[in-house]
Amino acid sequence: MEARLPSMLKDAAMTALVAAALGIFIVGFRTYDVGKGLTFDFQFVELGIAVVTIFFGRLGLQLASVGLKWPAFLLGTVLGAIGAAPLRLPSTFLHWFIVLAGVLIVLRTIWPWANETMASVRQSPRGAAYGRYFAKWFGAGLLALAILMPFAPFADQKTMDLAVLILTYVMLGWGLNIVVGLAGLLDLGYVAFYAVGAYSYALLSTQYGLGFWSVLPLAGMMAAAFGLMLGFPVLRLRGDYLAIVTMGFGEIIRLVLLNWVDLSNGPAGIGSIPGPTLFGAVFAETAPAGKQTFAEMTGIPFSSNQRLIYLYYIILMLALVTNFFTQRVRRLPVGRAWEALREDETACKALGINPTNTKLTAFAVGAMFAGFAGSFFAAKQRFISPESFTFIESAIILAIVVLGGMGSQIGVVLAAVLLIGLPEWFRDLGAYRMVVFGLAMVLIMVFRPRGLIAHREPSVRLHPVRAGP
Amino acid sequence: MTAIPLIEVEHLTMRFGGLVAVDDVSFTARPREITAIIGPNGAGKTTVFNCITGFYKPTVGRLTLHGEPNYLLEQMLGHEVAQKARVARTFQNIRLFPGMTVLENLLVAQHNKLMRASGMSIYGLLGLSRYRTAEAEAVGKARAWLERIRLLADADRPAGELPYGAQRRLEIARAMCTDPRLLCLDEPAAGLNPRESAELNELLVSIRDDDGVGVLLIEHDMSVVMKISNHVVVLDYGRKIAEGAPEAVRNDPSVIRAYLGTEDGADA
Repeated sequence: MEARLPSMLKDAAMTALVAAALGIFIVGFRTYDVGKGLTFDFQFVELGIAVVTIFFGRLGLQLASVGLKWPAFLLGTVLGAIGAAPLRLPSTFLHWFIVLAGVLIVLRTIWPWANETMASVRQSPRGAAYGRYFAKWFGAGLLALAILMPFAPFADQKTMDLAVLILTYVMLGWGLNIVVGLAGLLDLGYVAFYAVGAYSYALLSTQYGLGFWSVLPLAGMMAAAFGLMLGFPVLRLRGDYLAIVTMGFGEIIRLVLLNWVDLSNGPAGIGSIPGPTLFGAVFAETAPAGKQTFAEMTGIPFSSNQRLIYLYYIILMLALVTNFFTQRVRRLPVGRAWEALREDETACKALGINPTNTKLTAFAVGAMFAGFAGSFFAAKQRFISPESFTFIESAIILAIVVLGGMGSQIGVVLAAVLLIGLPEWFRDLGAYRMVVFGLAMVLIMVFRPRGLIAHREPSVRLHPVRAGP
Repeated sequence: MTAIPLIEVEHLTMRFGGLVAVDDVSFTARPREITAIIGPNGAGKTTVFNCITGFYKPTVGRLTLHGEPNYLLEQMLGHEVAQKARVARTFQNIRLFPGMTVLENLLVAQHNKLMRASGMSIYGLLGLSRYRTAEAEAVGKARAWLERIRLLADADRPAGELPYGAQRRLEIARAMCTDPRLLCLDEPAAGLNPRESAELNELLVSIRDDDGVGVLLIEHDMSVVMKISNHVVVLDYGRKIAEGAPEAVRNDPSVIRAYLGTEDGADA
């Protein structure tokens, strides 16, 4: 072990040198305008601290990778403590940076050990039984939490807004999971169907005065029709090629909405979209002519929160419908055919499964749920424009599905909370929140390369799972 | 022996650009018989299979599957050959659904029957008993096959985790779950040890005699071919060079020449 120390030190020094060389122009100098020209501001202290941290960070990772658990652990703890200590460093970010380095080293040190322990626990019959018990009740617990959440003391307007947003993405994730997770068709243009649903509701409600609940199925059908439209030309494509074409399709829909001003009002968007009603009652202080407000109907005094809570329950219900549908369809021949198609299309053909129909149903069904979510989005925002349906939305939804673990329903929930919730919660970090977001994604990919929950539950079992130890 | 053949291959020719992979091959296979297609590497055996099972469209030729009704296989779309004419096949390099369980593999094979029973998924979504009965039946059939191939205990394991020999057996069982009239096996004994190979022989004989399904077999392993096949077709460079009973084919000088070559290669 001692023999390796010099080489490890050398490696750490090289890493620090590279970091210094890169950092000197990014961190070391800062130009600012003093009126008569640019002058330099030197930040060598910051750079120095960062380089030293990187040196020890690399050293810690090296120690951990050769199995020197305790020195690495110690180094990580010390770094973490230094970062957390009330030193007078030039910027708060440096504190974060050092803490992060320490935490990463500690994580790296305990990871193999934790992994091993988890694996052995999972293999013991008792551990396996607990695992199943947990898996069974975890979903139920989450559901109960979701239903009761609006009445929780911490559910202020900000939290509820965030919850509605997260649930929208959960629903979109579950919808896309049908296409990507089950059927294995990499779709990068999912937001197109979301847009179709949103514009369907926006146009039908503002132009023809139709209500949310009557438009909802129409929007779903509209989006499904667009799903078929996309499905036909891409039937022969797989993998990367399919991803590129679907991405193009997403952009086409956005560009059409942007430029077909007569239909969509172009970049100005569509405003004053009515919100969803409850048995005809609107959620507003004063009702438009011929309608009554929720307060008048029920006698509960008006509060601006009611609308939000109602929206929350609508999206919760829509998401649960999506989930229920997916769970159910997985156990049907069509769901199994989707999964079989993902595994091996040639074998499917040899078994007499029509790959065309199977793919098209997957596209259409996935698109339908995006259409539902889209019309909910329009009803919630009351204003939509092509701005809301950019490629980054598709990418986020896909990231939720992939990070959650392809095909896993609970995984999608966790990933949505992480990917949508995290940037919102860390808004206080300002510009660094996207760094945290990126770091979280990298960490998931490093430690759980097949997604947060990679386990696939068989759609049917011949032998019941042994209950208990 | 019945006079009507199960499948009749007439003047089958398959060209890929300038390459003639199969050249004017005609043969018949009878129901309730095992017909082996043998030949050196590159003789065009798998191409013949791909034409029969709808993966290739033959350049020339007619492929008739006799029965009630007759089907002209060369005129059918890829998956229809399996769906309507009920010709099932396995692959030279195993093609299971590795991430799905053994049982699920056998249920996917019964897709078309289950799809009808689930009323294009609508009854199934509503959870009607009509679909549940059909599914229970399908699981029962899968269970029977798992017993036959001795994989019952592994039913809930992912198919990709099975040992090689078990995967071979499972692929045959999966093909049989489609209720085929003709079963096409592409080198089922490849990579099997002698014991597994003997078991495979038993399975194939039982498929022929107990299930009454005609089997078309590509095989290199002569111990399989000579023991169980009723009829042997020999291909070389895309042409049929011999056909007949196993013993007759084994002693045919042109077959020996194709496999071993001649001293001076004068026949080439």
